[in-house]
This record gives sequence, structure tokens and C-alpha cells, in this order.
Amino acid sequence: MPQKIVALSSIGRFSGTLREPSGCSARGSCGSSASADDLPDAVWRKIQDHPCYSEDAHHYFARMHIAVAPACNIQCNYCNRKFDCANESRPGVVSEKLEPEEALRKVLAVAAEVPQLSVVGIAGPGDALAHAEKTFATFALIHEALPHLKLCLSTNGLMLPDHVERIAAMGIDHVTITINMVDPEIGARIYPWIFYQHRRWEGVEAARILHERQMAGLEALTAKGILVKVNSVLIPGINDEHLTAVNQAVRARGAFLHNVMPLISDPSHGTYYGLNGQRGPTPTELRRVQDQLGADAKLMRHCRQCRADAVGLLGEDRGAEFTRDKLGEPKPFDPGQREMYLAVVERERGDRQKAKEAAQVAHKIEEAPVLVAVATKGGGRINLHFGHANEFQIYEVGPDGARFVGHRRTDKYCVGGHGEADAMATAIAALDGIAAVFCAKIGDRPRQRLKEAGVEAVDAYAFDYIEASAITWFAGRSQSGTVAATA
Amino acid sequence: MAFKIIAENCTGCGACQFECPNNAISSKGGLFSIIAGKCTECKGIYPTQQCAAACPIPKTCVKA
Repeated sequence: MPQKIVALSSIGRFSGTLREPSGCSARGSCGSSASADDLPDAVWRKIQDHPCYSEDAHHYFARMHIAVAPACNIQCNYCNRKFDCANESRPGVVSEKLEPEEALRKVLAVAAEVPQLSVVGIAGPGDALAHAEKTFATFALIHEALPHLKLCLSTNGLMLPDHVERIAAMGIDHVTITINMVDPEIGARIYPWIFYQHRRWEGVEAARILHERQMAGLEALTAKGILVKVNSVLIPGINDEHLTAVNQAVRARGAFLHNVMPLISDPSHGTYYGLNGQRGPTPTELRRVQDQLGADAKLMRHCRQCRADAVGLLGEDRGAEFTRDKLGEPKPFDPGQREMYLAVVERERGDRQKAKEAAQVAHKIEEAPVLVAVATKGGGRINLHFGHANEFQIYEVGPDGARFVGHRRTDKYCVGGHGEADAMATAIAALDGIAAVFCAKIGDRPRQRLKEAGVEAVDAYAFDYIEASAITWFAGRSQSGTVAATA
Repeated sequence: MAFKIIAENCTGCGACQFECPNNAISSKGGLFSIIAGKCTECKGIYPTQQCAAACPIPKTCVKA
């Protein structure tokens, strides 16, 4: 069957360097990111294949968001859902809204083509619990058809206390609540109004109700053993100093992760903040707050702030391949194919970790760390052409080895119709402060342009593991004492 | 006595349809409209019109 060939070929690209199975399946000596050590075993087992919660998993596993929840019950100053551009990537934006049965067809189509799929989430584009019946009906259909998929939902928390029993009964074990404040005075500058108990509330009163409902929902979920992540949007001048207090409040109530995301603000989005000159944080400001919050915020540096209809590995969006008009007859799901992929991933995770450790042992690095950018389409490998990269994964490489520290997009905002010259300028701007960019291949002209901008283009490690390659490259560079020329 | 939806403002989110106590809001192809004969402007049920209170876009659910 054609879809089988597609899926197997995507498995095949990982199989080239497979050796004996390493036999590692859990955290500990191999396979896990270092930061996973900060989590209890039971939590890690739940998230180890979840691309949004585990940095390591995000190289191997895909998620999809299904847009069955168009309506919202609060207004945020950073949100305007009227705007929809297919080239744009930010929460609250979708290209088409789905009924539960359509959502199931879409999930079946994606599961048949994307063996990496491990998670289905409902994150809007409105609020998943504003009109919860559609959300739960959708989850029930998906769980019946594909019980191996993890179910997640994302909510502003206003209606959460009313639905905790149902969430637990349906086996939804990951919930994200967006909590931007624990002080209603600050909340009043973020939320102009909420709709609750058949009326609209405004100002501090609205923010107080929202805050109380968020805390009650968080406590009730964690009491049931459901994993709760808290998302906070970092809004400079409004809640940047306040997020420490938010962190303490949500940790005290059992949230297992606190993810601080940058405000995305641009006048063209038509949001209140965008139109009123409220800026987003600089990468340095974001990192400072994440550092203040400690280990749990570090775990989430791979967050891509996905669209409410995103499909694929984080950083890629295959949503356009699975729009309603492209969905044919429901495709049968082949569990064998998924099991094969899981076996490949298990070996790959182990091999990648071993390669990293071997490189660290072989190369003693004394120099100060540098940042490198990687063009990858997943699998923890350098496997993407420079010109095809919409984003780069950023690694810090130095005496402590190589570790993922974030990502930079070259197309974060909808620019539309940019030619080759503009694309190169955008890429160079995104690579500010980066010592080298690792890719599978790069043309002579882009290489020269990068060199002029002070960025070394490295394609000598094409299709190799990211961390081991970065460490080996850095060791060679420090040995030669100069910026080494590469093939 | 009825409300109406200004079509060009409507985002199609459906918040109004869910909140309407009279089942007076219909949708076709993602566009929502109020059936005037069914709309009571929520009189005697709620203190404010539910569609207007729930709608994310100002001045979209208005008096016809």
C-alpha cells in the first residue's frame, strides 16, 4: 500500500548506521537528557516519549494539535484569533476548524503517515474547555480508534475545576494551564475581560476570578495524579518580575513543569499588545527569567509555541498536508509499523547518547563554550540542507559537552514572498552570536555569506549525531587554535 | 426585538451559539447568524445578551 511505503522510507533514513540494540529504554545511564534527572521516575516514564515535555523526545516523536475548540471564554491582550496566515506560527492561529468526526479522520490520516506520532492535543484555537463537550467527544473517538496515543489538553483554566473528574476518567494525563499571573492587579493588564456564569467580567474582578479558578483547577488535577504543566507568557514590563511568584505558586500546587514562553507581538497580528507597542522579550531577557526559575524551565527550552493545528515533529509543521480537502478514505493504522519505529528510536537514543559520551571522553576541551546552530529534521542528527531549514536548533558546546539550549526560527513572522537574498539575510540575523552552523549540505554562496557574517558553515558531519559532532568539531577547532576550515 | 451578527466581523468561533438560551443562532459554512424570530434578547433569562457578552469581537452581536 502506498502509505506504507512512505512511512517505511521515513523509518529507513534512520536505519543507516544502526548497530546492535543498546538495550536502553528508560532514563538513567543512557537515552535521557541530563535535565531529566530533575524529575521523579514515575513522571519521567510518562513524558519520555512526549515531544513537548521531553527535550530528548522531541528529536524522535511528533505531536498534532486538532482545532476542535474555536471558542474562547476570556480575552487576552496578546491574542487575536481573527488573523490567520498559513505561513504564520503562533498559538491561537489555525487554518480550519474541525468537528470531532473530522478530527478523528485527520488523526487517522496522520497516524498512518507519521509513525513518530505519539501525542494528540487540543489547544484551541480558543479554549479547550470553554465548550468542553466537543473536546471530550473528540478525545473519546481518538482513544477508541488509537489507544496508544497520549491525549493532552491546554486551557486557560477558567472552566477547569468543573471538568477535572471527566479529564481523569478519560485518561487524559497531561494538562497545560496558561497562568500569567497570581496577582489580579497584574492580571488586569493582561486580560481585559472574561465570560463566566453568563456575564462578562472586567478588570481586576475578572482577573481575580480567573486566578482563583486556575489555582483550584491546578490543585484538583495534581491531587488526582495528572501531570500539569504551566505555561507563562513573558511580557516585559508587565509580568517579567512577577513570574518568580507565579513559579512558586504553581510549584507549591504540584505543577511538574513551568514553561516560560516569549510574548509574540507584532502590529500586523492585530493584537492589543501588538497595536499598542508592547514588545516581546529579547532572547537574553527570556533566558534570564528561565535561569531564575531553575531546572524545570530549562527542560522546556525546545518549546515552539505551536499553532493550534500543528502536525509533525516540533519545529516542522505538516498541517498543510492534512487539511480537510486532502483527507481521503480513513486509512487503517498499522501497529506493526509503529512498533518498528519505536524499536528504531530506542536504539537510536542509546547510540546517540553513547556517541556523545565517547566524544566527551575523547576530547578534553578547556575553551569557553560557544553556541552552534544545527539544521535537522529530527532523529538527533545533522540531516537537513542549510537552505531548507526554517529553524535551527541551538546547542552550547564547551568543557561540559554539548547541550540543547533552544531554537531560532528564520520564519517566525509572516513575511511573505521573500526571495533568496531576503531569506539569506533573515538566516544571518537568526544566527547572530552563533559560531558555526551544522548542516547536511550548503551551497558555496551561502557559505561565503555566512563566513562574511562570522559564522562558520560545517557540513563535514552530515547525517551524524548532533552532540558528538559538535564536541568533535569544537575539540578540533580548539586544538588548531584558529577557526578550522572544514570540508 | 432581536439581535443580529455583523457577518464581516464574525470569526466563526461559535461562542454565541453555545451560550444562546433560545437556540436562535444558526451556522452555515462557518458563518453564524441570528434567527430573529427566536431571539428574545435574553429578556427575562439573563441580565445581558449572551451572544454579545461572549463574542470576542466588539460591536459584532448588536441590536438589529
